[in-house]
Amino acid sequence: MKRKGANNTYFGNITEAFDTLITGLKTTWKHIPLARKKRSLENVDSEKYFEKQEGLFTVQYPRFEMPVPEKGRYQLHNEIEDCIVCDKCAKVCPVDCIDIEPVKATEEIGKTSDGTPKRIHAAKFDIDMAKCCFCGLCTTVCPTECLTMSQDYDYSTFDITDHNFPFSKMTEKEISDAKADLEKAMEEKAAMAREKAESRATSESSEKSADSTKPKAAKPKFIPRPMKKKKEGNNDDNKKEDK
Amino acid sequence: MISFLFFLGFLVFYGLIAIYAERKISAFIQDRYGPMEVGYKGLLQTFADILKLLQKEHIFTFAADKPLFAIAPTIIFVAMFAAFAVIPLSVNITGSTVATGVYYAIAIVSLDILGILMAGWGSNNKYAIIGAYRSVAQIVSYEIPLGLAVLGVIMMSGTLDLQEISMQQSIFYESATKNTESYLFGLKFLGINVGKYGGILSWNIFRMPPLIIGFVIFFITSLAESNRAPFDLPEAESELIAGFHTEYSGFRFAIIMLAEYGVMLLTSFLAVVLFLGSWSTPLPNIGALKLAEWTSGTPGSISADLWGIFWLCLKAMTLVLCQIWIRWTFPRLRVDQLMNLGWKYLTPAALIIIFIVGLWKLALL
Repeated sequence: MKRKGANNTYFGNITEAFDTLITGLKTTWKHIPLARKKRSLENVDSEKYFEKQEGLFTVQYPRFEMPVPEKGRYQLHNEIEDCIVCDKCAKVCPVDCIDIEPVKATEEIGKTSDGTPKRIHAAKFDIDMAKCCFCGLCTTVCPTECLTMSQDYDYSTFDITDHNFPFSKMTEKEISDAKADLEKAMEEKAAMAREKAESRATSESSEKSADSTKPKAAKPKFIPRPMKKKKEGNNDDNKKEDK
Repeated sequence: MISFLFFLGFLVFYGLIAIYAERKISAFIQDRYGPMEVGYKGLLQTFADILKLLQKEHIFTFAADKPLFAIAPTIIFVAMFAAFAVIPLSVNITGSTVATGVYYAIAIVSLDILGILMAGWGSNNKYAIIGAYRSVAQIVSYEIPLGLAVLGVIMMSGTLDLQEISMQQSIFYESATKNTESYLFGLKFLGINVGKYGGILSWNIFRMPPLIIGFVIFFITSLAESNRAPFDLPEAESELIAGFHTEYSGFRFAIIMLAEYGVMLLTSFLAVVLFLGSWSTPLPNIGALKLAEWTSGTPGSISADLWGIFWLCLKAMTLVLCQIWIRWTFPRLRVDQLMNLGWKYLTPAALIIIFIVGLWKLALL
């Protein structure tokens, strides 16, 4: 190939200008008939992705979508049926975008699909995607793998508060019922504890002798050592002792 | 009158089509779709844009020179549109039959620069004024090769009347004037009289082959004349926002935009009339196939008008297409490169063409 601009003569410039201009016009003209073709919808995972794709490159987004990789980090999704409300995701989240309000159940309320028993109601399980930093830590700590990142990436809204996705399926009534149950259970428990304490107190007063007869367990004695100034020799001794 | 009404209507229609074509062609060249939403494949996009522009407020900047600023778009448009008066449409419709048609057209197109300078100065904006200065500097270096390229045609045809120039390139010339002095490549000794064949052979660039280079020079300078890439220095988007029309809005902006596309069309019409056979057909008579006669109609009847308008507009539109294609291919020239091209290459070349045309006509015809 000839060097461009190497021959800076008057007529050399003219011929070179015509050569390069015609090359340029040919290049752009080639693209016009190619506009009948469209780029194929290849995923980035596909091996053909980087091969030359002729034709229009634009993806008219809402009508056509490029497939996204399966393991991408997009919108968080919680399969609430499988959630044991362990709160690990909320704890690990670096930006605190997961807000959980757990209500303890009085008994086992069901099993997840992998057989883990559920003992806590999720009165509230909100993920604020506006805060989310898409690190995916919550999905890795999730013990039942109910919290995943789905393939949805288009959830832009006009109001930022719409980015808060609630996943809890409990109604107000269910929540209040669960809370009442829990309170009742707690009260029962407290009453039982009180009863026990009372009965113990009465038994203590009545059977004090019995109690006193009980041999007391020897308490471990704690004898504080006097602080010694550290000496080199002392240190050496310690080491020797370690050995 | 017919000519005026036709051009006014055609200019508006052409504006809609050309802007749409420009968007689509640029998109296809760059592997995009272009407008797709308004109407079928975005056909109504330009119409929607114009409706939007008409509703917009006229904004006057605080420090603008208001009378200059307000009147500049009108001058730009009027100067451009006045030149259409002399373009002949067909063998019957001649427009204004001034004897100095070429002179008038070239002069009035240059008047358009006055409007650009007024717009740039009146805006009181640094980008606008730089754009206007550049435009003036550009027109000075481009009017000369433009005029010289046209001069070659005038020397050959011996008239300034655009209708007369058109007649010479058509198959009606022989019957109308009893003049048979029209030879292929201007070479008498070949003995081929193109008056009988008509079509592409009787175009000026084939009757006088040096004019092919003259046509190229005219085409390059017409790009500069209409402020289009690669000579769009007055409105270089990347440097000057929009150049001289940075501060314009609403209807005034629409007028400037229409005038810009109008100048494209005007220079294409002029190039067609002067070099590419004007309203005559490109198909020659070949033996028993009287293609030229079939596609020219009979003089004095409506068929000749329709064929004339059809061929003229088709050729002009092809040139407009080339202008669009060129715009989306080449990068913008720097100011010094532009001066270099105008003065050191195009002007001497145009002078040499005139010299050769003179010799050709004297020695060979």
